[in-house]
Amino acid sequence: MTNPIADIEGANFILALGTNTTETHPVIATKIKQAVRAGGILAVVDPRQTELARLAHYHLALKPGTDIALLNGLANVILTEDLYNKDFVAERTEGFAAWKETVLKYPPEVVAGITGIAADTIREVARGYARSANATILYTMGITQHICGTDNVLAIANLAMLCGHIGKPYSGVNPLRGQNNVQGACDMGGLPNVLTGYQPVADPDVRAKFAAAWGVTSLPEQPGLTVGEMMEGAAAGKLRAMYIMGENPVLSDPDSTHVVHALEKLDFLVVQDIFLTETARLADVVLPAASFAEKDGTFTNTERRVQRVRKAIEPVGEAKPDWQIICLVATAMGYPMQYGSPAEIMAEIARLTPSYGGISYQRLEQGSLVWPCPSPDHPGTPRLHVGKFARGLGKFHPVEYVPPAELPDEEYPFILNTGRRYFHYHTGTMTLRTGALEEYYAQEHLEINPADARTLGITDGDRVRVISRRGQVEVTARVVDTVPPGVVFTSFHFPEVAINRLTNTARDPVAKIPELKVCAVRVEKIA
Amino acid sequence: MANVTLTINGQQVTVPAGSTILQAAEKLNIFIPTLCYEPILTRPASCRICVVEVKGSKNLVPACAALARDGMVVETDTPEVIEARRTIIDLLLANHPMDCLTCGRNGDCRLQDYAFMYGVRESSFSGEKHNYPLEDDNPFYIRDMNKCILCGKCVRVCAEIQGNSVIDFTYRGFNTKIAAFMDVPMSQSECVFCGNCVAYCPTGALQEKYLRSHARTWEVQKVTTVCPYCGTGCTLDLNVKNGKVVGVTSTDGEVNGKALCVKGRFGFGFIHHPDRLQQPLIKKDGRLVESTWDEAIQLIATRLGEVKAQYGADAIGFLTSARCTNEENYLLSKLARAVIGTNNIDHCARL
Repeated sequence: MTNPIADIEGANFILALGTNTTETHPVIATKIKQAVRAGGILAVVDPRQTELARLAHYHLALKPGTDIALLNGLANVILTEDLYNKDFVAERTEGFAAWKETVLKYPPEVVAGITGIAADTIREVARGYARSANATILYTMGITQHICGTDNVLAIANLAMLCGHIGKPYSGVNPLRGQNNVQGACDMGGLPNVLTGYQPVADPDVRAKFAAAWGVTSLPEQPGLTVGEMMEGAAAGKLRAMYIMGENPVLSDPDSTHVVHALEKLDFLVVQDIFLTETARLADVVLPAASFAEKDGTFTNTERRVQRVRKAIEPVGEAKPDWQIICLVATAMGYPMQYGSPAEIMAEIARLTPSYGGISYQRLEQGSLVWPCPSPDHPGTPRLHVGKFARGLGKFHPVEYVPPAELPDEEYPFILNTGRRYFHYHTGTMTLRTGALEEYYAQEHLEINPADARTLGITDGDRVRVISRRGQVEVTARVVDTVPPGVVFTSFHFPEVAINRLTNTARDPVAKIPELKVCAVRVEKIA
Repeated sequence: MANVTLTINGQQVTVPAGSTILQAAEKLNIFIPTLCYEPILTRPASCRICVVEVKGSKNLVPACAALARDGMVVETDTPEVIEARRTIIDLLLANHPMDCLTCGRNGDCRLQDYAFMYGVRESSFSGEKHNYPLEDDNPFYIRDMNKCILCGKCVRVCAEIQGNSVIDFTYRGFNTKIAAFMDVPMSQSECVFCGNCVAYCPTGALQEKYLRSHARTWEVQKVTTVCPYCGTGCTLDLNVKNGKVVGVTSTDGEVNGKALCVKGRFGFGFIHHPDRLQQPLIKKDGRLVESTWDEAIQLIATRLGEVKAQYGADAIGFLTSARCTNEENYLLSKLARAVIGTNNIDHCARL
């Protein structure tokens, strides 16, 4: 997020795209509701009528995957009606003229044809966003999990720059991240192309710095494989071994039949987890890890806030904290790795990472810190791009609408959209074992529009089979008008409804994110 | 903003205009009891336990709502004030089960604290008492409306913090009760079981189901940490008894205040679930069997070493974890890059 969560409450206009916030980030959703309660205007862009959409002044139920057309359409209105922030564009940005040419191709009437949203609604929302003193944009995977996910985000950034709704309070471009420490895992170099703090592996100075600190002669220079590419590499026999810590790709990754096949093909698989997950079952060695309650450390939340995780109990059985396990493996491989505590590891991270340079356990005991926090006396940076963008001038990127990789046809006439439920979490390893959540929300279902259900002879509670080109699952139908005709929705929480057997591995070319929000399926009633 | 100076219990204090008497007293560390008051909620000033004496005022005034004025002279513990508070407690106890011995909130109850503080052992009024059935229709929290003092905090929390307005005052007079629309059980209402009402309830009317039936309040140690679910980063307190996590309670989080969601507050049971892995496992003849740490670590070192030697470092891939700490992610990157020598490391950020 460019801005803190607390800023949402003060926004006059909230544009929420592809985020089912009340279910996926319930506490952030309370801030949205409080903003609306205080008179703020809420526009929700989502094919489904989520709880947030019901709360909104405008619900833009676009056709799945048409976000760029919509965002360009909003920008088009703001440009042609002369509502944009000319000072901001002139002083803080570049590439405006070229971008404008692209956007002018998306007048509201054209966009209405692509997105299914009325031209006048597009105009009203564009005016509302542009004219508000402070407007914020929130989004999640509904924006990013498309083959054009990167361009979707660029289109959002273009809109924010056009109106100058960035680099100031109560505004910004704010992805709400889905996992407790997904921000931190990225910050720490858990990505194939960067080391900590997004320092590129391709940069020789960066490699030299880390090699010296880590006591090795050199570090690999070529960016590595993303998770999807690893699965393909494993299936092709190029990747021979994997070490998986606290992840469950068998349920979380697209086309899970292929994932299982890939993992089975490996010569050697290590899985380190707190449960014997669907992925761990395929492993040659399974290591029992300590849960969050059993270790010290830090998590970095969606607003870049680094917070202390504190050990409350001893690890269960012989489980060990992941950091200790990694030290054991490294040491056994002839690289002595020893730390007295996670605080020592953070000290090393701070030495090597400019944006974490001022972060220490000593300071975190006094309260959290928001990176960039380059030095021990730096207070942290809750708001990014104030006065100046990180890259200098904000760059307008012309982006064009492209349809999703797999659209419905005669054989597979529905779009399958997937996401999360309020009562459960990701692949369900934790929330299906709480003695409470799974008791209350025990069974998954497929949401289908009444018109479609009627055509297929399906009534609420019927068992149905959902089939894509890649796989199938059986699930109970729930007939609801919160999904539009032609779209069905379910979550990936329940192993017995392993919906990612069906999803498409088609990826965004830059971010390599799979298009989990759109694939073509057919639905059959089970007799 | 202009300041006002007033005198409370003989001590002068200066506060910004618009402050309440309660806020001025807090600045002097002078205690005034409250039941319905909560700084971040609207103030109905309905319970009257916070009344104080203001020189020149005909009646006692509620400190939580009355604004401090310049030259005001306030007394917080005159005999009249104490008597008023005792009467309020007396009246509340007149319709309150005296079952503190078995109440899950024993030791964590404002009504109990104030009854102790003001020496109200039992009610001097006798009359009708409610006999509502215990509401136990969900796995998250229980509602015992016999213990409700109608402070209305839960109503305001649900409306003003959670933004859902699921509950409100229903019925009239003595029969007034906090309930969902049409007084249906919570599991049939729009309640999302965030439990934020429970976090603010001053009595035993709302209780976390598991926590309050498995630990007395003085038996638990609270450890402040961060929720393990989504990316919001809510702060919460793990409640630990005999080395086990028995519940989660709110604390004053930097991101979330006291607010949590159903997963953060009630989704902790996985920690001690019997399915937890407690021993390293090694696959032998197609089956995962228990092993020692030494054996497992040695096998990993040997096999990864062999793969690296035979196929090169880039034949090995690592998935690090959005669920693990920063320190752990950093070390796995170090293992992949410095020890194995590959940039093949990624995690589920895209999923």
